[in-house]
Amino acid sequence: MSHLIEVQGLCKKLGKFEMDDLSFTLPNGCIMGYIGENGAGKTTTIRLLLGLLKRDAGTIRLLGQELDQADGTLFEQIGTVMDEPAFPQYFTVAQVGRVMAGLYKSWDGGVFDQWVDRFGLVRDKKVKDLSRGMKMRLSLGVALSHHPRLLLLDEATNGLDPVARNEILDLLMEFIQEEQNGVFLSSHITSDLEKICDYIALIRNGRIAFVQEKDALLEETGVLKCGGGEFEKLDRGDLLGYHRGRFEVAALVAGRAAKEKKYPWASFEKPTLEDIMMLWDKEEDKTCEA
Amino acid sequence: MPMKIVITASGDPIYQQIGTQIKEMILKKELQPGDMLPSIRLLAKELRISVITTKRAYEELEREGFLETVAGKGCFIRACNEEAIQEEGRKRVETSLAAAVKKARQAGLPLEEIVAMLRVLYEEDEI
Repeated sequence: MSHLIEVQGLCKKLGKFEMDDLSFTLPNGCIMGYIGENGAGKTTTIRLLLGLLKRDAGTIRLLGQELDQADGTLFEQIGTVMDEPAFPQYFTVAQVGRVMAGLYKSWDGGVFDQWVDRFGLVRDKKVKDLSRGMKMRLSLGVALSHHPRLLLLDEATNGLDPVARNEILDLLMEFIQEEQNGVFLSSHITSDLEKICDYIALIRNGRIAFVQEKDALLEETGVLKCGGGEFEKLDRGDLLGYHRGRFEVAALVAGRAAKEKKYPWASFEKPTLEDIMMLWDKEEDKTCEA
Repeated sequence: MPMKIVITASGDPIYQQIGTQIKEMILKKELQPGDMLPSIRLLAKELRISVITTKRAYEELEREGFLETVAGKGCFIRACNEEAIQEEGRKRVETSLAAAVKKARQAGLPLEEIVAMLRVLYEEDEI
């Protein structure tokens, strides 16, 4: 299996923010969800991948090509959707299409027309008059109209209603029906990622906390809950992270089945990605607060 | 092919839910030897789940002898593996009975009473 993205030892300092030794790979035919808090470095990672920011150290290979030695055809094969689509505000949908036709050699006007129709975009409507959902659809339409193999989406589903989000998820699943394709998407709407992703990477303070197969992650880990006073009975080494309140403790554990046997008095739940994101590596003690 | 696969939030791993339901269709003869299953990518897309999940479900079914993958063609229900089918049926009954026994113990019911209950249920069902 070859890889669409290979990142090794990526470092970048931006003011106070520091990205340190970031490494991960995205295999063909897969969707990777990139989760993390605001400011953790999700967008910075994507900008580095696209060469919009210069890295301090590390290597980036996209579709098997070294980023620094990439020729123009590499970016033809990468579709991007950023948080704020950067189309000129006074252009109409049709004009955006014409501009893109000039930018991409592999631009396919017929495909773009199909997306415009499928998304219900109005051709003579100006970008500034489009709703957020429609702007996002336009952006996706553009990304998909130059025959990409890799889609990089930065918070593409944020601010969209559930119906629109599902439409985008379906579209991504359609996209990877072609085994050569893959998707890398950052989001903090973890329920979306929980549905469709093959892999999950968590970034925290510029470092990768983990990259894991999503199913294995959700099956393996568990959320242990017990009373606030029972916290002392837990082995600290068993906890991947915890939130301790006065009445209740919620802790993330690995090896759920074994831990259920070890702590039969506690209750266990299958975690959601949100639980994992909130608890991973956290040591929160709120017992002293009034 | 009237295939029906439903994913629920029952807590069972999704790959297991898929495997169980496909086996059920084989037991009920709704899926016949030689029937082609949807590709792992199509199934993942339709159910909106990870490709890795559907791949794992098919791999387990293949290991248990229910499926075979023909390179370049797809996944097919394997021809008459009566033994595997019978074994699967037996396994299911055993699991359900074990659960029933556990409940009976909790309720303090003696073995004779459960056996009697079982007989009534079994014969009732025949009519």
